[in-house]
Amino acid sequence: MTQVSLTVNGSPVTREVEPRLLLVDFLRDTLGLTGTNIACDTSQCGACTIHMDGMAVKSCTVLAVQADGSTLTTIEGLATNGVLNPMQQAFWDQHGLQCGFCTPGMIMAATKLVENNPHITEAEIRHGLEGNMCRCTGYQNIVNAVAQVAAGKGG
Amino acid sequence: MRPFDYVRTTTLDETCQLLGQDGDSSVRALAGGTDLLTLMKKEISVPTQLIDLKRLPDLPSGITSTAQGMTIGTLTTMTEIETNVQLQEKYPLLAEAAAVAATPQLRNMATIGGNLLQRPRCWYYRNQLVNCWLKGGDECQAQDGENQLHALFGGGPCYAVHPSDLAPALLALEATVQLRGPGGERMVPLAEFYALPEEKRRQETQLEKDELLLNIHLPGLPAGTRSTYLKAMDRKVWAFALVGVAAIVRLEEQKIVDARLVLSGVAPIPWRVTAAEQALVGATANEATFAEIAEFALADAQSLSHNAYKITLAKSLVRRALTMLTDEG
Repeated sequence: MTQVSLTVNGSPVTREVEPRLLLVDFLRDTLGLTGTNIACDTSQCGACTIHMDGMAVKSCTVLAVQADGSTLTTIEGLATNGVLNPMQQAFWDQHGLQCGFCTPGMIMAATKLVENNPHITEAEIRHGLEGNMCRCTGYQNIVNAVAQVAAGKGG
Repeated sequence: MRPFDYVRTTTLDETCQLLGQDGDSSVRALAGGTDLLTLMKKEISVPTQLIDLKRLPDLPSGITSTAQGMTIGTLTTMTEIETNVQLQEKYPLLAEAAAVAATPQLRNMATIGGNLLQRPRCWYYRNQLVNCWLKGGDECQAQDGENQLHALFGGGPCYAVHPSDLAPALLALEATVQLRGPGGERMVPLAEFYALPEEKRRQETQLEKDELLLNIHLPGLPAGTRSTYLKAMDRKVWAFALVGVAAIVRLEEQKIVDARLVLSGVAPIPWRVTAAEQALVGATANEATFAEIAEFALADAQSLSHNAYKITLAKSLVRRALTMLTDEG
């Protein structure tokens, strides 16, 4: 077992983990943060996207030990006192989801996109979301949601 | 995934020694993990120890300008390469290659060192039930099997293709890799670093078991040099190259004075087509020349039962790249 200490959604966490434990399993099973989804488990679909030290990563292809010392944000860490953050609100407003399974990963990837590029264009949104798959194929409303946030922030 | 020990080292020497250990233990180096962890999940790689290179302070990261060109540290992420302004200006093909590799989340984790050392995506190699030649078996199942994605050049005994988009771009730039072993450092041109797998070295590079890749050195390019990386995929984004082309051209008064062409997705290693480059030098830049060069570049291609389409694809990409790079508009 290896000890890891990290900050998850603003709270310090220390646990003993097996080196082979994936970060997504650490979040879901060890910490009970089940908002982050596992779908493909092969780093293709993006459902498991979280922020690690300010970058969007696929937590199914990161070991928990690799995240030692990191600051993580998961979908549970976005809302403040029950108020949705702008990206969550935009997904709500634009109906940026159908079955909802890809949504946590989409929102985490999209949040970082707009943060890094407040004046993001539609083409850049689509390029930035290439790592997230929506099997309902509801991409248009997802792009609209991200554009809504970009318009609010940068426009 | 099988259990393993997670190890952090403090010096390069200690790391090289650990990697070179003999016996039953199998020690692997972990950087971003975007390739290694997928191999470990499928138990194609079963290390007993993983050394976390991202915790090794002496391993270089980041992009720096040098007197001649630029140097990229092995731990530099693909995102840094995609977004570095100096790289975009000096070596556009490299930034373009990074931007079409994988997806944003993977580019945030993946390092250039790992990208250059990644293993093939061949479905026989990646299938844990198949003991292909590359994994120590007796034969390549792709040779007479499902070889839609396999090699046109340099095939046999292994017909897998090299999956990196950065490697062909770096080979076209005539990059050199700086390696570190227990006995010290050595500099190897990328053209020698990649070598077709053979009986006693069933891998795509000359990297020894106890060596680390430290830096990639890029020589400068004369003013007016243009470059691009084009990639054909079976969908618009987020796939490995069916065929790619890294092209560098310098033009003087409509005559080509320097040209480099490297194909990806067509051989077990990135494949430079030197004869086509030489034929380009001195030629007038026009569609007829490019069509001829494209034929010439693929003249020695040997298709398997299901991959002849790659020849057509490669010719088109070569023509398109050369047209783009010599377009006056």
